[in-house]
Amino acid sequence: MTVPLLSLQGLTKAYPGVVANDTVSFDIGEGEVHALLGENGAGKSTLVKMIYGLVKPDNGKMLLRGQPYEPAEPRQARADGIAMVFQHFSLFDALNVAENIALGMENPPEMRDLAARIREVSETYGLPLDPFRTVGDLSAGERQRVEIIRCLLQDPKLLIMDEPTSVLTPQEVEILFKTLQKLQSEGTSILYISHKLEEIRTLCDHATILRLGKNVGECIPSETSARDMAEMMVGSTLQTPERGSREFGAVAMDISGLSVPAPSAFGTALKNVHLTVRKGEILGIGGVAGNGQDELLGVLSGETLTEADAVKLHGEPIGKLGPTARRKLGVLAAPEERLGHAAAPDMSLTENAMLTGSVREGLEKNGFLDWGATKDFAERIIKAFDVRTPGPGNAARSLSGGNLQKFVIGREVLQDPDVLVVNQPTWGVDAAAAAAIRQSLLDLAAKGAAVICISQDLDELMEISDSFAALNEGRLSAPREAAGLTVDEIGLMMGGAHGMEVAHV
Amino acid sequence: MIRLEKRPQPSRAWSMATPLVAVIATMIVGGLLFAALGKPPVEAIRTIFWEPLFGEFSFYYRPQLLVKGAPLVLIAIGLSLGFRAGIWNIGAEGQYIMGAIFGAGAGLAFYPSESFLIFPFMVLAGAFGGWIWAMIPAVLKTRFGTNEILVSLMLVYVAEQFLASVSLGLLKNPEGFGFPGSRNLQSWDAAHNAELIAGTGMHWGVVAALIAVIFAYVLLNRHMTGYHIRLTGEAPRAAKFAGVNPTRLVLFCLGTSGALAGLAGLFEVSGPSGQISIDFNVGYGFTAIIVAFLGRLHPVGILLAGGLMALTYIGGDIAQSNLQLPAAAIQVFQGMLLFFLLAFDLLTNFRIAIGKPEVA
Repeated sequence: MTVPLLSLQGLTKAYPGVVANDTVSFDIGEGEVHALLGENGAGKSTLVKMIYGLVKPDNGKMLLRGQPYEPAEPRQARADGIAMVFQHFSLFDALNVAENIALGMENPPEMRDLAARIREVSETYGLPLDPFRTVGDLSAGERQRVEIIRCLLQDPKLLIMDEPTSVLTPQEVEILFKTLQKLQSEGTSILYISHKLEEIRTLCDHATILRLGKNVGECIPSETSARDMAEMMVGSTLQTPERGSREFGAVAMDISGLSVPAPSAFGTALKNVHLTVRKGEILGIGGVAGNGQDELLGVLSGETLTEADAVKLHGEPIGKLGPTARRKLGVLAAPEERLGHAAAPDMSLTENAMLTGSVREGLEKNGFLDWGATKDFAERIIKAFDVRTPGPGNAARSLSGGNLQKFVIGREVLQDPDVLVVNQPTWGVDAAAAAAIRQSLLDLAAKGAAVICISQDLDELMEISDSFAALNEGRLSAPREAAGLTVDEIGLMMGGAHGMEVAHV
Repeated sequence: MIRLEKRPQPSRAWSMATPLVAVIATMIVGGLLFAALGKPPVEAIRTIFWEPLFGEFSFYYRPQLLVKGAPLVLIAIGLSLGFRAGIWNIGAEGQYIMGAIFGAGAGLAFYPSESFLIFPFMVLAGAFGGWIWAMIPAVLKTRFGTNEILVSLMLVYVAEQFLASVSLGLLKNPEGFGFPGSRNLQSWDAAHNAELIAGTGMHWGVVAALIAVIFAYVLLNRHMTGYHIRLTGEAPRAAKFAGVNPTRLVLFCLGTSGALAGLAGLFEVSGPSGQISIDFNVGYGFTAIIVAFLGRLHPVGILLAGGLMALTYIGGDIAQSNLQLPAAAIQVFQGMLLFFLLAFDLLTNFRIAIGKPEVA
């Protein structure tokens, strides 16, 4: 039997109050693409941090090609041939690609030599990248290439990738997969973390599934159905949201010819956006993050004011009305950023229920606040959306991301909106809760509300939306009926792959 | 290795305990400072904290506590509203001066009338004077995006020049033998902010301070405006999402703090001080910033902090005269109080952990 590249044996790591990893064991073979699957909070991140030397295990051991492997810090892990591409990029916008890569090196070579090597590696692996471009001008996919090339320059034996496709268009995903397959064919092992099951089925040779810190099973992804893998992750049978067939009513919200300048240097300007959504309809808006999603939500929620006629509700101009006035009319919104935008981190859930609920729930009389009623409202949200918290008196920041997301969505849904705008409604939420949130959006539409769902998760949009449009650099594509759209068509609507060609591998 | 770890929730216990711990730490380090100066430390601390309240001459000092504490509390309450929302009015001293000038001027215009309407009119004029002075940084900020910290601070020096000017000109006492300064309001019944109960130090300013505490408490805890103030301070983006109008909030916070500082100036000039003079202001407007933070920007806390600050002022004076402590040492002592408060404040949101750091 061959010695595996990396063997994890009984790794355990506990944090106060939670066991992040409980005797996790598995092997990664040479040249294998190994998937690590699990819901948020299953312990995937802690596990790879132990491999990368960021966290020291309490118990258990790791063997690298049969030798004991105990990295004290990432530098040592890198020296042993382990590289990692993080979900969040650590790049400086103002520097160019080569400078950014040089910053992460122990002994950076001359800039000219480094640029030549970057070119060489990027051509070999089909990752077109100009070393002298400023990172601030790159798309998310290109930024990720910078991170990957940074890793490849170290000639790693094991490449760890943490949810690499969450920011990519379908075409960019395709390019990434070709690169990873080429790496694999050269004998590099890859540990691939994701919860996108279809990706794992096409790419990975082997999968380990974590649930609540424990290894609950392994499988060969290409021989296992996505549904079976999902159920292993969740530990129970999965409820697929049901969509009844619905009749659409009159146009509820209407945006025409809307242009808004970028609010900040790194914001996105909205350019000539047209959009209509009817009662009972769910409009899905896809696109890679940073293409105007936040700005579009601001225009709809009333945080950004526009020409009165640019935004209409039931034919009435509302472009000049602020958030409170719009809430009164039934236009509610749930922003993407939970802490600091949708909720105040240090305030209690009761106080956060007041944040958007004061108008429609009658929590305010002549300027005076009814905290009793607000607490009841918060408790209703907690109950209806299964928010896990000791009580409404707890601070918003003490909740996990998924739980707070449920609270934020629940707060708007329970106010019975006419038009609901949500941005990334299930980001960072576990599969069961995500299904519940999607179901609540479908139920809302079935009751006759118009829903605009902005999301980067295409599977989610295909699951719930009736029509689909995509944001690309502040422009919104013409909406199309969602049923029957192919992945290629969606990719093209999302702006192709930001003007890059599929690599010649 | 000792590290700081962020708490999942702000600790209520520490939030209550930090002012107390800060006072104790100030006593210890202050004691060391006094010992280094060759003064008996325990005696000095006792003089500062004990003498004014329970000493031999406390019958004289206790009313002084109210007289000194009231303007501090009144100004600090106003400042705390803005500070909670991240609106930094540093110029309360200037608003205090302008309140005194407007209030005294409004009264003196009717000299020597004995109408009972004069004092209420002076109160309104005093509040207006402070309000209008605070509106300058407020309007500049909302219109042109200027920094309210700089503008309000610089206006303090403008107000001081203005004070000197009116003391020597417009408001100068015509029967004052050429000395600078206005008529003494204490000797004009209609305008005198006299003690309400003789010998207690209780004057209208003290009443106003107590009303301000109650008003601020209700505002912050039960009213939408107060909720918006807190929300803006904690999460500006969430406040915008909630529908807070930042312009109105800036105008409200700066306006209220200006008006309250103006009131404090009026009650001072018509009562304990008695007249407009070049050296009328003694730094209440700046000390109130310390009081606001010492009271954790909470109305009840500010009430207690104002009392504590007044105590160290009076106690400090006693220590200066009884023990010959230098005035600078007393100022260092008072500064230490704020320093320790801010330092221990950290423990509300962080806890000390001992061990190797880890990336969670």
